[in-house]
Amino acid sequence: MSDPGLYVHVPFCRSKCAYCGFVSQTGLAAVPSWLKALEKEASLYKDVFGAFDTLFIGGGTPTVLLPSQLDSLAECLFRELPFKQPVEFTVEANPDDLDTGTLAVLKDIGVNRLSLGIQSLEEKELAFLGRRHSVRQAERALELAARSGFGSLSADLIYGLPGQTLSDWLETLKRVLAFEPDHLSCYQLTVERHTPLGRMVADKKVKKARAKQERELFLATSQFLERESYLHYEISNFARPGHLCRHNLKYWNRSPYLGLGPSAHSFEGDARWWNTPSVRSYCLRLSHGLAPVRGKEILSQEKRIMESLLLGFRTMQGIEIDMVREVSGLDSRMCHLLDNGLIVVREGRIIPTREGFLYADGLPLLFT
Amino acid sequence: MDKKNIRNFSIIAHIDHGKSTLADRFIQYTGLVSVREFRDQILDSMDLERERGITIKSHTITLPYRSEDGTEYSLNLIDTPGHVDFSYEVSRALASCEGVLLLVDASQGVQAQTLSNLYMAMEHDLTIIPVINKIDLPSADVEMVREQMDRELGLAPESAVLSSAKEGIGIEEILRAIVERIPAPRGDAENPLSALIFDARYDPFRGVIVSCRVLDGTIRQGDLIRFMSTQRTYKVEEVGVFRLNREARKHLSSGEVGYMIAGIKTVSDTRIGDTITLDSRPVPVPLPGFKEVKPVVFSSLYPISSEDYETLSVALEKYKLNDAALVYQKDSSAALGQGFRCGFLGLLHLEIVQERLEREYDLAFIMTVPSVQYRFTLGDGKVLTVDNPQYYPDPGAIEKAEEPFIRATIFTPERYLGAVMKLCMERRGTDARFNSPAPGRLEIIYDMPLAEVIVDFHDKLKSITQGYGSLDYELLGYRESNLVKLDFLVNGEKVDALSLIVHQDRAREWAVQVCERLKEEIPRHQFKIAIQGAIGGKIISRSTVSPFRKDVTAKCYGGDITRKRKLLEKQKKGKKRMKMVGAVSIPQSAFVAVLKADHE
Repeated sequence: MSDPGLYVHVPFCRSKCAYCGFVSQTGLAAVPSWLKALEKEASLYKDVFGAFDTLFIGGGTPTVLLPSQLDSLAECLFRELPFKQPVEFTVEANPDDLDTGTLAVLKDIGVNRLSLGIQSLEEKELAFLGRRHSVRQAERALELAARSGFGSLSADLIYGLPGQTLSDWLETLKRVLAFEPDHLSCYQLTVERHTPLGRMVADKKVKKARAKQERELFLATSQFLERESYLHYEISNFARPGHLCRHNLKYWNRSPYLGLGPSAHSFEGDARWWNTPSVRSYCLRLSHGLAPVRGKEILSQEKRIMESLLLGFRTMQGIEIDMVREVSGLDSRMCHLLDNGLIVVREGRIIPTREGFLYADGLPLLFT
Repeated sequence: MDKKNIRNFSIIAHIDHGKSTLADRFIQYTGLVSVREFRDQILDSMDLERERGITIKSHTITLPYRSEDGTEYSLNLIDTPGHVDFSYEVSRALASCEGVLLLVDASQGVQAQTLSNLYMAMEHDLTIIPVINKIDLPSADVEMVREQMDRELGLAPESAVLSSAKEGIGIEEILRAIVERIPAPRGDAENPLSALIFDARYDPFRGVIVSCRVLDGTIRQGDLIRFMSTQRTYKVEEVGVFRLNREARKHLSSGEVGYMIAGIKTVSDTRIGDTITLDSRPVPVPLPGFKEVKPVVFSSLYPISSEDYETLSVALEKYKLNDAALVYQKDSSAALGQGFRCGFLGLLHLEIVQERLEREYDLAFIMTVPSVQYRFTLGDGKVLTVDNPQYYPDPGAIEKAEEPFIRATIFTPERYLGAVMKLCMERRGTDARFNSPAPGRLEIIYDMPLAEVIVDFHDKLKSITQGYGSLDYELLGYRESNLVKLDFLVNGEKVDALSLIVHQDRAREWAVQVCERLKEEIPRHQFKIAIQGAIGGKIISRSTVSPFRKDVTAKCYGGDITRKRKLLEKQKKGKKRMKMVGAVSIPQSAFVAVLKADHE
């Protein structure tokens, strides 16, 4: 079993984006008590996990924190929990927060991987998504970050927006590639029900992209980026060799991880548990010395297999062929998947092809 | 009770003409049950029957009745099942009566089913009391019905009693007519015992409860009785009469109707129509009219999940305790695994079994397209009877193929003649004959292959005649026919459970229809699915289920794996209701859908 990873959820943003379903709030006044609670929570796990070799501060928007707050957060984590070098230390950042000062603090606390929430390089699209930053700010952030020399620079992008054509999207990609990011997360727009976008779709004010269009965009993205020497290593993730996100791989490989902060999820052994999504309740519980855990489950063998399948088929590592148990008609289904080029078998692993990635949600069901 | 104070009768009626309501009124009127205890349709105790408005298993009841002059009577109402599949059971119930009430809806007149049962009653020489019911309806046309009775049935129109069972009108008049017009039973209580079995049902505590009519002699607790068809003997544990519940009596004598419990384990050990006699003093010959009922429609049952095979086996066994007409044996299919081949009296019987197994045993299973029993004479002179398309012989070896034919009698208002004829011709009907029993109404008679009627003919007839058409049929025997076996392939794999034996001229139509139906029912997969219909190696129809285009969500929500896994687990559960054929999940509904009438 590989070393555990540590995730910290910063549940704050300056404003909420239309599509985002993650837990975050715009009331920044709660930041100090959250920080205090987090310190408490970290101390609860002092001896539970082995030494962490990745740290991922995400959100929300970690860069809403003041430099001093970022500094004390990192200081507290490294003080309370064991780490093992070299640590991959990622922070998610928004272009509108990124100035040379912030970048300097990030470097100073040891961040070696910066993940920029660019999302788009079209004003119209940024407005549709409800992003605060402009195209200019995004480009400036990319430029500054590239110049600051983090070990890895990653950009988050969203595509498959209503009305977006393939050439619009490829144009955006090309402009982002000009900054030579080491890593790209290209998320196809997912409409979440309880978001402003979800409501707009429900009210028929916005039309979702058609499956056919989504398919074309997905395949074209993969093809384009692989031609530019990026590995399509997970459904939505691309990396130059040596720049795969070690932290995220832990989720997909079922390595242990600890999630701190409201709504964060943790996994260790055969247990999964998750925190309350409410910032208030999170702080309150910890102020009374109670763990902010909202739910927990112990995985049965069957559930473990289902997880391995669902996670494995999302990555270019696929699943171990030995994991597949004989179920009726499996051989015939596998033949069809092979014949139709949705999977390949290589070195004892069943690996989804680019086309196969399109069906990653359904594939596990064909193997159980 | 003195024989002269007993009346045994049945009610002949078309579905929905008010039989159950009338029976309920009798129960209320004769004081068997207070209004408060009264359930709406007390005789139809099974849910299924209530939903369909059909009495499937007959329920018999003894009604106490005091006439105006103060004489106490026992009126035995022998209820009869109301569907063509059960006409033999009806005939045995009628053989237990001296009279019938012919119940006709005042707004609809006589229907085919009623007529065939009426003929049966006439053959048994029963007294017929016409009752024109539902006279409270605005659409009631009493004169039309009277005239129809006169012209068509040869019944004196003035003999009809008018009633509205729903409103409680005419109930006393009907009861009086039963006492006055239906003769008391004959027979001699001192003669050797002969009792007619007209029903049998299973009781988990007492074993089989046999319903019978004693014609001669007396049956007592402790008697050693013999069933004449099986020659098996049993010791009588209890006899009695049916009130709302069973009421034990010391004996049942000539003329009486009641029940007998004799340690009989399953209803299959009894034969409807059989004669009960005393082992020590038997009658020389059994009562006439006994027949072994034979299934005419066959279908296979396969559990969706092979693990459920045992459960299905047990469920069938239990179900069979109460349904002697169902026959079954083990069956296996390359596509669907282990299952059972079942024989039914008809399509309704099949549907009843299907629904009850699903409902009472919570089973998910697939039922294949029903088939009739075909007869093939091979080159070497051997004759094969085939009710399962899987056993269709090598076409090269077939010298002669035959299929069962029926005589279908259809009653319909004249305006639907064209549509009915068109339907009958499509279904290979021949020798059309017509009668006009009443102004505006037609009796249309066709000879038709049974296979064409068992699938959806009745539904079709109802829909083209807006519910006015009714059907009755009798088996004629086998006729030579040009038959082929139609196979269906899903992604190149033959689904043997979908195979059909059909007439050559109808093969293409069937092939196209089933391919289209499967296309609608089989969900999209990750890959294209080809559906083909074939005779021998020759493909004669095809359809395609296109793959779905994309099935992946961009994000896996950071560390929240649980949410995603739970979603998959839910989908997996849904898939359990599907049958895997090779790489393709075929929903249960697809096997059923191929039977359903075309979409208009």
